[in-house]
Amino acid sequence: MNELERICHEIRVNIIERSYLAGKNCAHVGGSLSAVEILAVLYHKVLQRPEDIELRDRFVLSKGHASLALYCALESVDLLSKEEVDTFEQNGSHYTAHAKKDLAKGLEFSGGSLGLGTSYAVGVAHALKMKGNPAKVYALLGDGECNEGLVWEAMMYAKHQNLDNLLVIVDHNHLQADGPIETVMNTDSLAEKFSAFGFSTQVVDGHSIDSLINAFNSRIEGKPNAIIAETVKGKGVSFMENKTNWHFASLPENRYKKAITELMNNGKD
Amino acid sequence: MEKIELGSYAGLGQAGAVFSMYLPDIIEQHPNLRVLTADMSYIAKLERFKALYPEQFINVGIAEQNMLGVCAGLTSEGYQCVALAQATFITMRCFEQVRQYMSYMQYPIILIGLAGGFQLQFMGNTHYALEDIALMRSIPGIVIMSPADAGEAVKCFEEALALNRPVYIRFTGDASNSVYTEDFQFECGKSVCLKGGNDVTVFAVGSMVEAALKAAQILEEQKGFSISVVDMHTIAPLDKEAITEAKNNKLVVSIEEHHINGGLGSAISDYTSSLGTFPPLLKLGVGDNYSEVGDYEYLLKQHRLIPEMIAEDILKKYQTL
Repeated sequence: MNELERICHEIRVNIIERSYLAGKNCAHVGGSLSAVEILAVLYHKVLQRPEDIELRDRFVLSKGHASLALYCALESVDLLSKEEVDTFEQNGSHYTAHAKKDLAKGLEFSGGSLGLGTSYAVGVAHALKMKGNPAKVYALLGDGECNEGLVWEAMMYAKHQNLDNLLVIVDHNHLQADGPIETVMNTDSLAEKFSAFGFSTQVVDGHSIDSLINAFNSRIEGKPNAIIAETVKGKGVSFMENKTNWHFASLPENRYKKAITELMNNGKD
Repeated sequence: MEKIELGSYAGLGQAGAVFSMYLPDIIEQHPNLRVLTADMSYIAKLERFKALYPEQFINVGIAEQNMLGVCAGLTSEGYQCVALAQATFITMRCFEQVRQYMSYMQYPIILIGLAGGFQLQFMGNTHYALEDIALMRSIPGIVIMSPADAGEAVKCFEEALALNRPVYIRFTGDASNSVYTEDFQFECGKSVCLKGGNDVTVFAVGSMVEAALKAAQILEEQKGFSISVVDMHTIAPLDKEAITEAKNNKLVVSIEEHHINGGLGSAISDYTSSLGTFPPLLKLGVGDNYSEVGDYEYLLKQHRLIPEMIAEDILKKYQTL
């Protein structure tokens, strides 16, 4: 296991631990597990976080329900502490099922309502360009989220304003709350859609660290960029993979033990 | 604040006064200001501004919801944003965006609702904005202002620029509305008593302020009433002090070019219902129905919002007391 694989493994274990701690409050475990490599690569290889906060790259989690994965990724770069993330979905905690903006903690946006992060992200990207600020804006969307019309209003704007400082990643895990996207609202050919909206678009294996790094490094200047990351919902825990019912669920003790045992066994490699 | 020559805005309408005259005059003092519209710059009379200051103007196309997201992003990076579209779309279609970006995330965006009430006349009911105050009132922390004429529209806008709070300004009426002819002290949340009186207090907002003054004149001249008329240019936060002052009147009236549910009248009664004793409140406005489409006067008459009919309705209610 290389360093980034180890980090992804830790993030997955932490997601399962906090899902278990959340108990009956449930957690968006499936869509968190599908985004692990994307977030790990972003936070450890891509996002520039210089001392001058004004120059930081901005990351907007538009699929706000993956906040648990985001908290664990922020924990992996010491922006959040274990104690803080352990309060996930406890009464009165700052760290709920949808993150609330808190720049000091690295939380750029109050996510939750799908589509609203994309619109915000294009505004931020436009502002940075107007200010001559070289920082980049990254936004992570869900594939189900792409059902929302607002996403496409924002993408139109990105092209019209030539926001080549914007990179959109779609966590294409093929499942939404009610089932496969192909049966709920077919958003297949997402890459063609983004290309048609004027984006430079790449399709990559969203669980391959090397492919993701390569895709982030291959962004095209002069256009907004999109990466369609092909992922598996519930990735890493066999009984959760590709299962709709783990979109938002409570993790009972027996399932928790099974999940952790499996992750630990896989982590020995 | 500098003295504003209100006379110079007469006849321009509210949008015309703010966007064709005032904004180009002051923009150089506001380098961080960005004015965004959803394909409504022509209607908003922004042509001059757009030509002179293209770098401070953004057209998002017919995408009001995205306009608010872009405003939020710009505001988070240090810009001050004014967003404008028809009152009905910027409040109703963008309702969630207002809550998310302006209230929950607290970005102090200034929303301008163009053509509030019936101003879009033959466009029909899809384009009338009669629920916008009700919608904005329900969201925590949104300041709601609605000026009575072009001069007061400039005052509202000037105040909004200085407030650093999320604001909705509702433009109503047409270029003929004229209430203020001289400069006056304008303060957000502090109503203006235009004339005093002991029998009835009329709280009016926007286009209905002038109508209320004329109705009061009719009742005073023909019936000898003593009527107070108050310009409630700010609906949130509500001027509770001014409302409490009407407690010894026989009747209190609210008038608005808006549904009677959820607007100024509702805001007043929400407050006065806790006071114990307060005179009856006659809420004049638009009822629970869609309108027969027509010109502005036709629509106002249909909903009994012209001075003669307002006077009749006040008299009728007064006589039952």
